[in-house]
Amino acid sequence: MKVVAAMSGGVDSAVAAARAVQAGHEVTGVHLALSRNPASYRSGARGCCTIEDSNDARRAADVIGIPFYVWDLSDRFHEDVVEDFMDEYAAGRTPNPCLRCNEKIKFAAVLDRALALGFDAVATGHYAQLRTGADGLIEMHRATDHAKDQSYVLGVLDQQQLRHSLFPLGDTDKTAVRREAGSRGLLVADKPDSHDICFVADGDNAGWLREKLGDRAPNHGGDIVDATTGETVGSHTGTYGFTIGQRRGLHLGVPAADGKPRFVLDIEPVSGTVTVGPRERLAVDHVAGVRPRWCGTVPERVEGTVQMRAHGAEHRAVVIVSGDRVEIDLLDPAEGIAPGQAAVIYDGTRVVGSATIESTRPVEVDA
Amino acid sequence: MNHSLVYLDHAATTPMLPAAIEAMTRQLTGVGNASSLHASGRGARRVVEESRETIAGVIGARPGDVVFTSGGTESDNLALKGIFWARRAEDPRRTRVLSTAIEHHAVLDPLHWLAASDGADVELLPVSPEGVLDLESLKDSVARDPESVALISVMWANNEVGSLQPIDEVVAIAAEHGIPVHTDAVQALGQVPVDFAASGVDALTFTGHKVGGPYGVGALVVRRDLAVSALVHGGGQERDIRSGTLDVPAIASLAAAVEESVKNQHEHAVRVAALRDDLVRRVVEVVPDAHLHGAPAGPGRLPGNAHLGFPGCEGDSLLMLLDARGIECSTGSACSAGVPQPSHVLLAMGCDADQARHSLRFSLGHTTTPGDIDALVEAIGPVVERARAAKAR
Repeated sequence: MKVVAAMSGGVDSAVAAARAVQAGHEVTGVHLALSRNPASYRSGARGCCTIEDSNDARRAADVIGIPFYVWDLSDRFHEDVVEDFMDEYAAGRTPNPCLRCNEKIKFAAVLDRALALGFDAVATGHYAQLRTGADGLIEMHRATDHAKDQSYVLGVLDQQQLRHSLFPLGDTDKTAVRREAGSRGLLVADKPDSHDICFVADGDNAGWLREKLGDRAPNHGGDIVDATTGETVGSHTGTYGFTIGQRRGLHLGVPAADGKPRFVLDIEPVSGTVTVGPRERLAVDHVAGVRPRWCGTVPERVEGTVQMRAHGAEHRAVVIVSGDRVEIDLLDPAEGIAPGQAAVIYDGTRVVGSATIESTRPVEVDA
Repeated sequence: MNHSLVYLDHAATTPMLPAAIEAMTRQLTGVGNASSLHASGRGARRVVEESRETIAGVIGARPGDVVFTSGGTESDNLALKGIFWARRAEDPRRTRVLSTAIEHHAVLDPLHWLAASDGADVELLPVSPEGVLDLESLKDSVARDPESVALISVMWANNEVGSLQPIDEVVAIAAEHGIPVHTDAVQALGQVPVDFAASGVDALTFTGHKVGGPYGVGALVVRRDLAVSALVHGGGQERDIRSGTLDVPAIASLAAAVEESVKNQHEHAVRVAALRDDLVRRVVEVVPDAHLHGAPAGPGRLPGNAHLGFPGCEGDSLLMLLDARGIECSTGSACSAGVPQPSHVLLAMGCDADQARHSLRFSLGHTTTPGDIDALVEAIGPVVERARAAKAR
């Protein structure tokens, strides 16, 4: 096959590209330029947006012996990922931009362009496994290295996208990938893993949002109210700085009546109110999802598990699908579930699909 | 060069001429610092001075005008900063630098730096839709306050679209007020007639690797009586405005390349222009809405330049698809990060961002053959079709 290997400049995508070559594919390396102003994006640790990363990707392509190009997707990335990120926080939700990037950029804009240019597939360094099921459909499964498994952020891919995807690292653990990079002579073998959000330069989400949202922010401050007493226990400088389940950075002026730590329970962007309460009130047993994306056949009912944040726990669940709505009953309650995040639905190790969390229902607390 | 490769990017760099390779390799085996006083040093110095005389002879300069540098970017920096500083030191009112919106980054970026860090008032004058400096705006700008103009810098020929600039008229406008003129002639030398003295410019940039010489060597040809402040201080070589041990093999090779390319210029231009015209005609036959950017083919355009717009395509896609077929060209604007920006030259010519992105520059040179054109004409149809499908998505 003719394959585009998306090369971030990190170790995973470099080894994935090398493996695609070894598997006999005709591979072209492509680095995605996602920032309109590369210097403003995170450097070093983060594997996507800087000039240094672009150079690392180029050198890896040289070593592997494949052609290399930079594709400028900065406009699409800004529109589909960065703007969406801002809108979601402004609306009091907690988006996952990596998922969004996979859905809209890597396996949409890039894949579409690759197919149109005569390629057959896009290979990335994601840790997930593809298999052909008995029905002939491509199934996506968790990686064998569960600690590195990235099937969660790929849970938005549909059958058409999966058919044109290659994840050469899904059966290997990270240490083996680093070792292989070293033995292949790839200089990125020891490059640190990427963390955080690539377009938030210093990892300060709230500060970034404050600057970028400006007038688009629904508020730049409001009260923090304790759910147990109804009392105002502090103030904040913008609801977009909070996520459900957050404990740190609340700066409460009034100690909690029960002396227990407080967590964010609810964010109300219009009134600007952030509600906090004790940990037990974070527990939810029902999640409603919208915008479902299915990897294969659309199910009616799934008895499986649900994961609701990257590297989060799996919860046993019964999922009922009706059209564009997904109702998820959690058999084990979950904590800190934030609207805007994706609920990825699994049947064993297989990804069934995903939905964006619209709302949650707390577990009834005895009065 | 690999024979299966169709190299149509001579404006980026062109293969070395055999005479230049021969001159360089001959000197590489020798020893001698051209500043040393002993026999080996004198021998090295002799090679440098003979090279200087050879170059001066073929470009209409005096040997003392030729200052060897590391290439076009350094020569441009030396001319702009060095002349600006010296002129302003003579008269603090001289803070203006006039140039064009279509200069190479080796001119634009030093000017931006002078403006941001050194109080220069830089005016980048507009160009016509064909990429030629608008002389009326130059006249107006000079007339507004001639005493305040430190320097005028106008390229001889544009590197992207190949349009020649009205250097004679620029010199005439400047001469009325005694304003020095610099020109970046990197793309012009060896392609069109370039005579330093006859042109009347005060400083002229050229570089080795665009004329069949080596990388990393070039010159600023600058009138001896024009004060130029040094950028690089040290042992006082090159009139004390460009210190550093002279690179004897590179300079010898540069001289061989300049001599041969200037002597063959007319014959080369006729041959290459015919190939270029053939290329444009046949590509447009295959892709009817493809069109030439810049000045029409003829005396106003570099003979080897074919800058073509392909509506509905991304230049990047075209380049990649051609590259996969062994045909090498350029989207016209390279960037160190590899992130393509719409060309400032095309934007200045009035193209919108989309038009600026749908273009390819084919540049022909001394190794270009009719077979290269045949290969491109054969490939371009399917490549454009593919690229259009990719853009439509």
